[in-house]
Amino acid sequence: MAVNNNAKKISVVPFGPQHPVLPEPIHLDLVLKDEKVVYALPSIGFVHRGLEKLVEKRDYEQFVLIAERTCGICSFGHGMGYVEAIEKIMNLDIPPRAKFLRTMWAELARMHNHLMWLGLQADAFGFESLFMECWRLREKVLDMLELTTGGRVIFSVNKVGGLRKDVTPEMLEQILKTLDGLEKECRVVTDTFLGDPDVLSRMKGVGVLTPGRAEELGCCGPFLRASGVKRDCRQLGYEAYGELKFEPIVSYDGDCYARCLVRIEELYQSMDLVRQCIAKMPGGDIAVKVTGNPNGEYMVRIEQPRGEALYYVKANGTRYLTRYRNRTPTYANIPGLIETIKGAELADVAMMILTIDPCISCTER
Amino acid sequence: MSEQEKKAQGGEKKEPLMDIKEIEKDTLLDEVTRISFDNWRLIQICATKVGEEKYEILYTFGKGYQWKNLRIHLSKGESVSSITSIYEVAYLYENEIHDLYGIGIDMLNYDFGGKLFRTGVQYPFA
Repeated sequence: MAVNNNAKKISVVPFGPQHPVLPEPIHLDLVLKDEKVVYALPSIGFVHRGLEKLVEKRDYEQFVLIAERTCGICSFGHGMGYVEAIEKIMNLDIPPRAKFLRTMWAELARMHNHLMWLGLQADAFGFESLFMECWRLREKVLDMLELTTGGRVIFSVNKVGGLRKDVTPEMLEQILKTLDGLEKECRVVTDTFLGDPDVLSRMKGVGVLTPGRAEELGCCGPFLRASGVKRDCRQLGYEAYGELKFEPIVSYDGDCYARCLVRIEELYQSMDLVRQCIAKMPGGDIAVKVTGNPNGEYMVRIEQPRGEALYYVKANGTRYLTRYRNRTPTYANIPGLIETIKGAELADVAMMILTIDPCISCTER
Repeated sequence: MSEQEKKAQGGEKKEPLMDIKEIEKDTLLDEVTRISFDNWRLIQICATKVGEEKYEILYTFGKGYQWKNLRIHLSKGESVSSITSIYEVAYLYENEIHDLYGIGIDMLNYDFGGKLFRTGVQYPFA
């Protein structure tokens, strides 16, 4: 009797939520034909915390601390996005020094994120030494953040109307000195990574996403720019970005290698932006007095390390908000990830997930 | 209203900061189709509880750095048409709205059946 072999070759392999390369829980049902993925169904929501609901229990000033606890990597940006929305509703014009300091910290957070991601990506390849080297370099960024804010992951420096902490000229001098050494060390690591034959063979031409599909699927951040779409929300000029010189980093191949390339170039761009911020750092106050309660609604877009993040705030004139909504970059990038996985080899799936730099704690806010 | 009262309510009521087009629920698919034909991408969908039995859903679209918003209003128990037939990526946002608010979404392409977010409380934001 004839046997339909094709029918037998279809199988569904559960991927995650626990997997050696996944730092956080995400689950994919991979539909395979032999070793090739023909379809993938995402499943999230394992650790959903409902932080947005807490606007009912914490007033709009206290909620800054909740907003930045959405994630341990892009915590600064979450706090900044939230206070920007409130400041816009309350028509507060914060001092220029606060804007420059926020921008500087946002870029240091981007460096911290990209070095952490590069370490994880190296780990996914089995490059243990490169992983440890990246995380050693990341420690230097965390040291700069600790020096200036007192925190390594959660900084708690943002408040509605400005900042809670100022920095001294000596601190800024120390950052410049650290950056010079860090840049040289990063060059060695990133050149090694990008020129490695194994990296090239595993990543070049793998998981290609065309610019058209990237736009249709609502992708953002380095994932989008690696597909040749030149869009970076920092170009909107929020905080002090309007006074800094930079262009979005773009790559045109749309593959896993291009995504690495964009993030690595962004690492150096962030170093340059930090230097620009310090060179142009104005003096003066770091906060304005806030009176009354917010009344109205506003949505802020900022460029987090992983991409465009949205912060929607609806206030009702009391100390408690009606709604706070955070659309995180990973949430927007999941459909794009599913698209890239289709047609991939099973062995490449883990690496491809890491090339979008997923942050599940943001997604499960 | 006295000055003190105005201050307590965040000052004078200002012009809306966000450009939002308020539409009827029944015209949602027509409006979204027009926006899609004009090459806008879907940025997000967000539900808000605005009263004991009232909800609103905000749809945000982007083109380059531009963006526009549509908003519909719903009462408790009312459902809304899915826009996944126009924007396939809407399924995550629409499943989220269903799981957190209990708002019914009709004709959803990828229906997670209330299991996108594994919450301990059913419809925690409702």
